[in-house]
Amino acid sequence: MSKYVIVGASAAGIGAVEAIREVDPIGTITVISEEPCPQYSRPMISDLVSGKANFDKMMCREDQFWEKNGVQALTGRTAVSLNLADKYVALDKGEPVNFEKLLLATGGKPFVPKIEGADKDGVFTFTTLSDAESLAAKIEAAKSAVVIGAGLIGVSVTEALVKRGLKVTMVELKDKILSLILDPTASEMVETVIRKAGVTIATGQTVQRIVGKPEDDDVVGGAVLTSGKQVQCDLVIIAIGVIPRTELVSGTDVKTNRGILVDRFMRTNVSDVYASGDVAEAYDFVFGENRLLPLWPLAQLEGKVAGYNMAGKKADYPGGTAMSALKYFGIPIISIGIANPKDDTAYESIVKHEPERNLYRKIVLKDNAIVGITLVNDIEQAGVLFHLMKNGVNVKKFKQELLSEDFCLATLPRSLRRKVYPGEYK
Amino acid sequence: MKRIIVKEEYCMGCGLCEVYCTVQHSKSKDIIKAYNRENPRPISRVKLEVHKPVSFAIQCRHCEDAPCVTACLSGAMQKDEETGLVTHDPEKCIGCWTCIMVCPYGAIKMDASGKVVSKCDLCSELEVPACVANCPNGALVYKEVKP
Repeated sequence: MSKYVIVGASAAGIGAVEAIREVDPIGTITVISEEPCPQYSRPMISDLVSGKANFDKMMCREDQFWEKNGVQALTGRTAVSLNLADKYVALDKGEPVNFEKLLLATGGKPFVPKIEGADKDGVFTFTTLSDAESLAAKIEAAKSAVVIGAGLIGVSVTEALVKRGLKVTMVELKDKILSLILDPTASEMVETVIRKAGVTIATGQTVQRIVGKPEDDDVVGGAVLTSGKQVQCDLVIIAIGVIPRTELVSGTDVKTNRGILVDRFMRTNVSDVYASGDVAEAYDFVFGENRLLPLWPLAQLEGKVAGYNMAGKKADYPGGTAMSALKYFGIPIISIGIANPKDDTAYESIVKHEPERNLYRKIVLKDNAIVGITLVNDIEQAGVLFHLMKNGVNVKKFKQELLSEDFCLATLPRSLRRKVYPGEYK
Repeated sequence: MKRIIVKEEYCMGCGLCEVYCTVQHSKSKDIIKAYNRENPRPISRVKLEVHKPVSFAIQCRHCEDAPCVTACLSGAMQKDEETGLVTHDPEKCIGCWTCIMVCPYGAIKMDASGKVVSKCDLCSELEVPACVANCPNGALVYKEVKP
């Protein structure tokens, strides 16, 4: 019997453990993780491949994090089923674990479409440490790679492979790379630097078939695009996206849509069962509804909120939204909320683009409140804009100043600063 | 615990806070050497913000519930349980800029290398932080605040 049981030991699981321990120093916590060595930063797996980070640097918490927090960490184990009536989690091996409060932080798994030849040696997905280690082990011997998908994961693995000297072709079904988080202008700015780094970008296409090498058909030798063109390569990385790992709750009373549905306290519809992170559909404050947002900072925050509530301290999730800080190929970019507003008079976009200086700022407004922020290269005041956005501040009076490079906290009227910033620090 | 309080009404916008912050975080701790010889010159971790007629200097507020700590991808940004300070470990930092995205004060900067971030450490080795000690008009005050 464990007072708190957490399935999954990544961002949400870590956040939950820290929050529980703030409130309850002694209640027993059990964490179940499939991976042998948790508490590492998943967004850093590309740094492991590129050589920028070693294994130690990827540890996002102190050594013995679990031990120091008095957590029984069942690593290398898989939770196979839930019994919500008798309140236990059955594992692939060993005794089932009973719980008083349960957090499902099972995360996501890579979406792998049916592609002929995807079973060949040299095809990878890219979400876990073991994915990164397997890929890294193949790099020395490889000269070229095809990356399927030009979203966050696809671009970051591309950059890592380029740094290791591979010739990369990035294949993207949409017309633009990073199309979910960037508008066409910002996307093109990234495309330009990626192309300069020697990457071939094939948009509007996908991989139809993966073919073998002439000498060994079981080993990746190339990829045939939907255009019919064949690209020679030694590796194929599938980076189309992640889907929530809801399998544990299928057949139970826990309600799901695409992910597990949670309220503002990270509770599912079943009492004492919580969910957080990539598996959960949590509140998006821009859209005013719950949706999947598989992002590390949000997962950690959601886990923290769940942890507080599980331990009896009321905490509500302020809501998240699509938000990404990018550093691809040396261009700093921040994108928050809506990048591509629907062609609708309800939205107003204000834009400042200076191509010669590689600067771009775009603010999307709805009813004079910020609902979207895109900053390329001049990003340091992004957090002030985000704060206004989160607080739904009416920016009508200083709208144009939002685009200025001099924009900062001091730009805001004093009365507003008093209102939206707490404490003495105005 | 002591924190820096910003007294906007006394700020003249002279920028000495930035100069002394730079010096304090330089290798030599000498104003001439820091400005003339260190390449890259260390950045100032306090930011003088000017929007005339308003000016004030602002640095990391060491928030109680710090969004940068929760958002940090690498574990470089931590909340020190004893001192309550938000600490940043440049060795762990990967320069992903996620903390910059979520800091409500815009108080986290890219450091001179452009590869990691940098922010106020409250000059932990000094009795009084350099920006406060060198503010000529009392616009930055170092004092005890309630946790």
